[in-house]
Amino acid sequence: MAAITITNVSKTYPGASAPSITDINLTIADGEFIVLVGPSGCGKSTLLRMVAGLEDITAGEVKIGDRVVNKVDPADRDIAMVFQNYALYPHMSVRENMAYGLKNRKTPKAEIEARVAEAARMLELGPYLDRKPRALSGGQRQRVAMGRAVVRQPAAFLFDEPLSNLDAKLRVSMRGEIRRLQKRLATTSLYVTHDQLEAMTLADRLVVLNAGRIEQVGAPLEIYHRPATTFVASFIGSPAMNLLDAEVDGNRLRIGGHVIETGRAVPAHGAVTLGIRAEDLHISATGLPFKVDFVEELGAQRLVHGSIDGQALVLSLDPKTPLQYEMCLSVISDKLHLFDTISGKRLEQAHTIPTLTPVLA
Amino acid sequence: MTDATQTASGPIRRWIARATARPEPAKRVQFDRPLLPWLFLAPQLAVIFVFFYWPSAQAISSSFYIEDPFGFGATFVGFDNYTDALGSAEYRHIAGFTAMFTVLVTAFSLGIGLLLAVKADQVIRARSTYRTALISVYAIAPPVAGLIGMMLFDQHIGPFVKLAAWFGLDMKVGLNYFDTAFAMILVSVWKQVPYNFIFILSGLQSIPQSVREAALIDCKNGARRFFTAILPLLAPTAFFLLIINITYALFDTFAVIDVMVKDKAANNPITLVYKVYLDGFRGNDIGGSSAQSVILMLVVLVLTLVQFRWLERRVHYG
Repeated sequence: MAAITITNVSKTYPGASAPSITDINLTIADGEFIVLVGPSGCGKSTLLRMVAGLEDITAGEVKIGDRVVNKVDPADRDIAMVFQNYALYPHMSVRENMAYGLKNRKTPKAEIEARVAEAARMLELGPYLDRKPRALSGGQRQRVAMGRAVVRQPAAFLFDEPLSNLDAKLRVSMRGEIRRLQKRLATTSLYVTHDQLEAMTLADRLVVLNAGRIEQVGAPLEIYHRPATTFVASFIGSPAMNLLDAEVDGNRLRIGGHVIETGRAVPAHGAVTLGIRAEDLHISATGLPFKVDFVEELGAQRLVHGSIDGQALVLSLDPKTPLQYEMCLSVISDKLHLFDTISGKRLEQAHTIPTLTPVLA
Repeated sequence: MTDATQTASGPIRRWIARATARPEPAKRVQFDRPLLPWLFLAPQLAVIFVFFYWPSAQAISSSFYIEDPFGFGATFVGFDNYTDALGSAEYRHIAGFTAMFTVLVTAFSLGIGLLLAVKADQVIRARSTYRTALISVYAIAPPVAGLIGMMLFDQHIGPFVKLAAWFGLDMKVGLNYFDTAFAMILVSVWKQVPYNFIFILSGLQSIPQSVREAALIDCKNGARRFFTAILPLLAPTAFFLLIINITYALFDTFAVIDVMVKDKAANNPITLVYKVYLDGFRGNDIGGSSAQSVILMLVVLVLTLVQFRWLERRVHYG
């Protein structure tokens, strides 16, 4: 168990003109579950692989515990990795797959057996120990891959999109399993995903990456309720946050030909980007005129797509709410997010964040 | 065919399955007349019949006769040709050499092919140039390889002879039994390495990157990692190559041997196939030569069966 410190890390692939990762700084506390999330090509996997030792570090420093590991062999970094396509050894049984890393580290036989048995019990792999990976289903294979990581009792787990190859239902249950396992073992974990839902549900802290740079680091709800940039606002949360062109005039916001009161001073003037979450919009007697385009039924909620003065907008409603083709919308003023139009950075700081009360043991 | 489907497994079964698989309904070609598909098959069937079944049947039947050298008649002698061959000390000696030759050629060409493939797999810069250079040797025809090999071992200009002389050895390929054997094995191996190289390299490249990376994390020692996590995944390729290489050493080295020993003094190593040729076409002993080729056919049959029975079980197909 150890903390991971990433200091000024950059990565430029040989022959590439621009770096894939630029000046990343991140401190992961001992036992923390960090999720790296971002669109494909944002460098999240590259960063993970640099921690694992599978990619060279062009500049900067990676520390696991108190040890700088830039030049340390992957096998000596005391990490275990879970791959997207499981990466099980096809010629070894489940038991051998789990024992392989320990055997190579000259762990005593009895100890290996005990650890494999414990991992098998934890992951419910007991009946499959003597099977070859090809005789297992996708979910079982992924459990074996996790078992292989668990038996090592490493300083850190590295997950590289481990659930991407599973079907939707299995993904949800495995997500829970990973979370429970990590809580129980309290092993520092670095988890890469492009799925924002997976990121939100798993992370102690989220790291949102875009184009090789960190956009924002924070607890899932903090990021959800206070995105630092328009990129984070549109990436985290489903449906994505509505982003509208607006204009600030003192305490007022002008959207197209309509005006809403912000109820407080806004540290800007002129054009801004206004962000509103779909669930923060409400139907009211007066307000912004909204034309319905189409409706997506999700069961528990209903997503209504439409526009205000030609700007697209999504609205999340209770399915029982009656709908009309033209409605008026209102929004509570402190649920408005303002961003700089050019830099995309968040403009105002004053915003209340509902505190998270963890129910997990 | 059905028999083969039941007994063979792994790649053979897959080949058969692929060959006999019903085509997708959409792609299925319907023939109006039942004769037409047979007409399309006829050339292939004719080739197989003319060049394989017919000669085999001929060989088996003539192996029971002693034929007059001038073709005036044949006398039925039962198994005499077989007992003569197997009873002769010379035949047993050649069989012994053939076995050693086959083992050495197979082992070295597989070993060197593997080594080169593993190393080429790690090359990143100029990888295609490097690979082409290694593969191109395979484009050389066996007699040409034999000739080039002969030149390498030429008494006057051969670099190998000069190299040996430098170490104080007097190399006489074509005269000295062991020198000839050495040259034969070397040229045969040299000829077969690129073939093995191609297959092993493609086998290596089909191993998923993530499995290699998982092994990189699980095992620090490179050699150990190779033998425990990478080589076993090459087993299907290696198994296929083992059969091909044994067949190569037994039969396809004929041209190399021919170039090396033809018109040379008598005491040179030859393999069984070459003896079949010598007895049959030089000695005009068609019956004895036929018996020998039937024996050889049986040996190969047994070897292949043994390989599929015993070795294939240990081969893992991911």
